[in-house]
Amino acid sequence: MRTRTDWLAHAVLGLGVVLFAFPVWLIFAGATQDAGAINRGDISLLPRLSHLGIFLSVLRNGDGANPTPVWHMLMISAGMALGIAIGKIVISLLSAYAVVFFRFPFRMLAFWTIFITLMLPVEVRIIPTYAVMADFHMINSFAGLTVPLLASATATLLLRQVFLAIPDELVEAARMDGAGPVRFLVSILIPVSAANLAALFVILFVYGWNQYLWPLLVATDPRLDTIVIGIVQLIDTGFTLTPWNTMMAMAVLAIIPPVIVVVAMQRWFVKGLTEVEK
Amino acid sequence: MASLELRGLAKSFGAQVVLDGIDLTVADGEMLVIVGASGCGKSTLLRLVAGLEQPSRGEVILDGRDITDRDPAERDIAMVFQNYALYPHMSVFQNMAFGLKIRGLPQADIRRRVGAAAEMLGLGDLLTRKPRALSGGQRQRVAMGRAIVREPKLFLFDEPLSNLDAKLRVQMRADIRRLQRRFAITSLYVTHDQVEAMTLGDRLVVMREGRAAQVATPMEVFARPADTYVAGFIGAPAMNFLPARLTAGGHGAALAAGPAILFADGPRPGPEGRGLTIGIRPEHVQLDPAGMAFAVDLVEPLGSETLVHGRLADGEGLVVKIAGQAPPGEALRVALPPAQLHVFDAGNGTRLEPETATVGPLAGLAVTG
Repeated sequence: MRTRTDWLAHAVLGLGVVLFAFPVWLIFAGATQDAGAINRGDISLLPRLSHLGIFLSVLRNGDGANPTPVWHMLMISAGMALGIAIGKIVISLLSAYAVVFFRFPFRMLAFWTIFITLMLPVEVRIIPTYAVMADFHMINSFAGLTVPLLASATATLLLRQVFLAIPDELVEAARMDGAGPVRFLVSILIPVSAANLAALFVILFVYGWNQYLWPLLVATDPRLDTIVIGIVQLIDTGFTLTPWNTMMAMAVLAIIPPVIVVVAMQRWFVKGLTEVEK
Repeated sequence: MASLELRGLAKSFGAQVVLDGIDLTVADGEMLVIVGASGCGKSTLLRLVAGLEQPSRGEVILDGRDITDRDPAERDIAMVFQNYALYPHMSVFQNMAFGLKIRGLPQADIRRRVGAAAEMLGLGDLLTRKPRALSGGQRQRVAMGRAIVREPKLFLFDEPLSNLDAKLRVQMRADIRRLQRRFAITSLYVTHDQVEAMTLGDRLVVMREGRAAQVATPMEVFARPADTYVAGFIGAPAMNFLPARLTAGGHGAALAAGPAILFADGPRPGPEGRGLTIGIRPEHVQLDPAGMAFAVDLVEPLGSETLVHGRLADGEGLVVKIAGQAPPGEALRVALPPAQLHVFDAGNGTRLEPETATVGPLAGLAVTG
């Protein structure tokens, strides 16, 4: 009975792995093949080892349609994703800290106002946001890419829940030890919620990395093209064939940084999940 | 170390009065234990002294200085919390050193103080461990150490042993008392456990509904409880209470169950027939073939002694503690030795002391312990 359930569990797991990994393998194999062959539907599941150089050449030289090399797009994407993730964490950390640990007038009003903005994602307020950015002369700038995405109700709510779960005695012990608000934040609160912050960072980094609509609108300068924009620009415009192999190579390259972030932070997740305080 | 004085300390949360004017003095080096049922305001009292809450009225005076409006960190008071409240991400050393570091003590001093405290508490080998790698008793000692290294004027203990198992609790209780005596640490200790209260305290404060029902030494509280609440709270199993009336010109009590008992220590004030509550501890009730009828309905053997629950002739419940085993049978006879009786007013439950020859008949009314 035992071995049978084990076998079943492994079969289900294996199926899951295949389901998730197959598309990735397909674009990896496709990247090394002939654009015309892919357009005809003759995509082989075996990568052509002689054409592995496409990743390097795409990275160095760009995709042909866009003068910006792909490494530059990756840098822009990484900068944007990091800026958004770190900025969101800093802002929501401070606002959640204020809402949970301080008593001030209109505290709950402030909290609910933040809460309500959950219903107003960038897509909904895109035109007014664009107008504001234009007034600030932030169009076609790195700040324009990141600033409007910094405020985050989701992260604030999540951190509020984390902070609420911190025992009152811990806060009081720190007060008796003479820790002021800044000291408490830096020496106690952030280390205690480090695992949650790491998890949040991963989610926000991937969110920032995958941004499409806002960068498309606010940054028309090719020097500010993100990798996601770069991939989409290659899609068949009607005059030229879509260079599928180049696109797939870029897609493979675009996957790598988020994977690195997840793998690097994974240690912290596991720590956060297994080290339960009594 | 220093002495602590509380003057008319009161705290209300909205309309709810939690503390109703507490006056207390803790002498230098004294361990004062505050004991009471949950919700009696004992923890609030401690938090007011710590500065974690602001009192609605009254003053906290430590070492002659009014510290009522000071921040907790500026009061020179350390507190040991019920759930230890150790910083989970810091090692034992860092936990103990945190407060000193904030105070800006030199590294060498910090290391010396933490080292000395760790040695004293037997934590020397554990300094690099994180709290989660410690047992409950070890965590408790780290929490103590964190308080000790600060060398405060006053120690506050908020039910520090209630998260430990029974065996460890007994051991830690003795350890705390030993440390406190050795260093003459002025301490306020809050607990709901009467055994802790009796064994730890130089004096006890029995609290009830935001007031101090009695402040006295443990043996005084046990021997002469100020009212029926204190009498019922201290001592296990709880004291028996029997309704009675004053009789024989104040020299005796007529129990509702039948016989009149003459007081051993002198007459109580008041008119003939005044309502009384007679208290007697289960261990003081005696089996006596000439005594009152006692119908047994439950026998609880505890090994070296036996608790016998039953009823008197008027249906009033009584618990009797007998050394060894209970005699067989459902019908026993018990006597209440006059020297062991506690006499309380039936109305407000205050203790009635005997009138002495030199004191006027009404003076006894004012004596409530």
